Amino acid sequence: MQNRIDQLFAAKQHGVLNIYCTAGYPELNDTLPVMTALQQHGADLIELGMPFSDPLADGPVIQDSGTRALKNGMSVHTLFEQLAGFRERIYVPVILMGYLNPVLLYGVEAFVKKCAEAGVDGVILPDLPMAEYAAEYKTIFEQNNVHLIFLVTPETSDERIRQLDSLSRGFLYAVSSSSTTGKDKDMSHQQAYFERLQQLKLQNPVLIGFGIKDKTTFDTACRYTNGAIIGTAFIKALGEGKDIDSTVRTFIGAIKN
Amino acid sequence: MDIAIDTSKSRYHIDKNGYYGRFGGAYVPEMLFPNVDELQHKYMEVLSDPAFQQEFEALLRDYVGRPSPLYFAKRLSEKYQAKIFLKREDLNHTGAHKVNNTIGQILLAKRLGKKRIIAETGAGQHGVATATVCALMGMECVVYMGSIDIERQAPNVSRMKMLGATVVAATSGSQTLKDATNEAIRDWINNPVDTHYILGTAAGPHPYPDMVARLQSVISEEIRKQLLEKTGSELPDYVVACIGGGSNAAGAFFHYLDEEEVKLVAVEAGGKGVHSGHSAATTQLGKIGIIHASKTLLMQTEDGQITEPYSISAGLDYPGIGPMHAHLYETGRAMFLDATDDEALAAAYELCKLEGIIPAMESAHALAKLKDLPFNPDDVVVVCLSGRGDKDLNTYIRHMNK
Ligand SMILES: Cc1ncc(COP(=O)(O)O)c(C=O)c1O
Repeated sequence: MQNRIDQLFAAKQHGVLNIYCTAGYPELNDTLPVMTALQQHGADLIELGMPFSDPLADGPVIQDSGTRALKNGMSVHTLFEQLAGFRERIYVPVILMGYLNPVLLYGVEAFVKKCAEAGVDGVILPDLPMAEYAAEYKTIFEQNNVHLIFLVTPETSDERIRQLDSLSRGFLYAVSSSSTTGKDKDMSHQQAYFERLQQLKLQNPVLIGFGIKDKTTFDTACRYTNGAIIGTAFIKALGEGKDIDSTVRTFIGAIKN
Repeated sequence: MDIAIDTSKSRYHIDKNGYYGRFGGAYVPEMLFPNVDELQHKYMEVLSDPAFQQEFEALLRDYVGRPSPLYFAKRLSEKYQAKIFLKREDLNHTGAHKVNNTIGQILLAKRLGKKRIIAETGAGQHGVATATVCALMGMECVVYMGSIDIERQAPNVSRMKMLGATVVAATSGSQTLKDATNEAIRDWINNPVDTHYILGTAAGPHPYPDMVARLQSVISEEIRKQLLEKTGSELPDYVVACIGGGSNAAGAFFHYLDEEEVKLVAVEAGGKGVHSGHSAATTQLGKIGIIHASKTLLMQTEDGQITEPYSISAGLDYPGIGPMHAHLYETGRAMFLDATDDEALAAAYELCKLEGIIPAMESAHALAKLKDLPFNPDDVVVVCLSGRGDKDLNTYIRHMNK
């Protein structure tokens, strides 16, 4: 079967909406209900965060959601238990995002096989070095048809963007500004960077993430790339909202309207 | 000076990819890649530059007060039946070995054109040493410190503020050194262009472990010369040092790593006992993994979550150790012991009474193992007295009457 991420971008090149949520947040068993609501109300892609005790690239909102999920009892094992059979209900592509340490301890090969078995389409591990991936793990990911997605930032050189693009599968994750998640840096200065990404004519579709929080920022990102990723703003909404379904409907509605 | 010595033939130093055996590397998110890459490419060039070395040496001599004395501790020697020397890093300006590293890194930061300095601190010694060099160079300084450490190391917080630094409380997780380091790394991600991160121990992504070890290697460079003068040989039988992240130990071991007849002893914080659930004895409790962008030994749960450690000493209250030490542990080149809170306290009181020196709580962990090592009367033993105890007076007073 063709990877669902590739199917998505074959069918849709513009305005792809990827929403990040933390597994096991707000409550341990909310993972599937949140995913179901995201799919139903129009998310094209779901990025599921695996909570980690020391998430270096995350700001306070996503950190706190992870801390709460861990307190709720979330773990890599529990997540795979929750995901068993989820493909009966969820057809949009799903990506797991997390830090390398828990994956190393689980065993990279075991982890990737488990992803394939459960129907997970891609993985983002921001602290996995490119060279180590190429030398040690690329074959495992490719044999299991699980995409590894790399990040680039405004500080990444053209040459390195090309290298990351050539190793990345599914799409390339363009971090909007050099920051941790949820930092709210002004995106209006990033035009040159977004244009640079356009001009590089990369092999992968590009989604912009970090600092995308509403319709305006989403539309700005979509003007330059295939779509965008929303994390912190959605986690905030989930934390403040009452029931999951109406929170998700309102949130996505305000972005797509 | 030997800070830029060629170590490529040694099995105890980094390889060309920044690994000590299977430990080390740079597991940084892409946001930090340019910063870390710049350091990797430039640090050896800078450390090798004679002008840099001259400036570094002059500041160590005239500002820090180096060489620090190697003191023959006569009464301690009588008690433990060996020739015990104390390497007096406690007599450095600011009171610990930490300043060797901050002097080196601030000179490096200047050369890289950085305008703003950030640091993490546990005991506050590294924070004070960083605030000090920032004042000296007129640079902005932000120090991250766990809320719990802000409380237990209060005098150092005041010192940092007086020196003009901004102290930011790290309120996540265990609110100690690990979390302060997380916050410093996040700050660096958010300020990628103008900021240099002065990491305070021999941990973190390559090149920090090697860079910090080299800047601290002045400790063993001096020990060799001083021992030759005092004993007729550059080589002791034992070098003993405490380990938080491992910078004073890395400095004390550095020029002895390839002298296999010199026994290296690293002392970790046993806390309330290694298996009490309140400990920071990483080699005994840890497994390989990634902490603060380095592949090394760390304390973690079955699920790969980093565990919150415990030690009475803020500077040793860290769930990992630098990759050099993980490698020294795995190869058996160094012996790893642990000292409990109580053992360290007893050793601190003993040093006061026998030698008139109040040691830092961290350094007291190294002293605490003198009683357990199988010395011969002729053995020459060097203990790295990494810092002085002024910052720990509250803790000492609280336990004195028990
Ligand atoms: C006096 C003293 N010794 C030792 C340490 C432990 O650090 P390291 O293992 O890097 O030497 C500290 C850290 O704060 C310290 O202040």
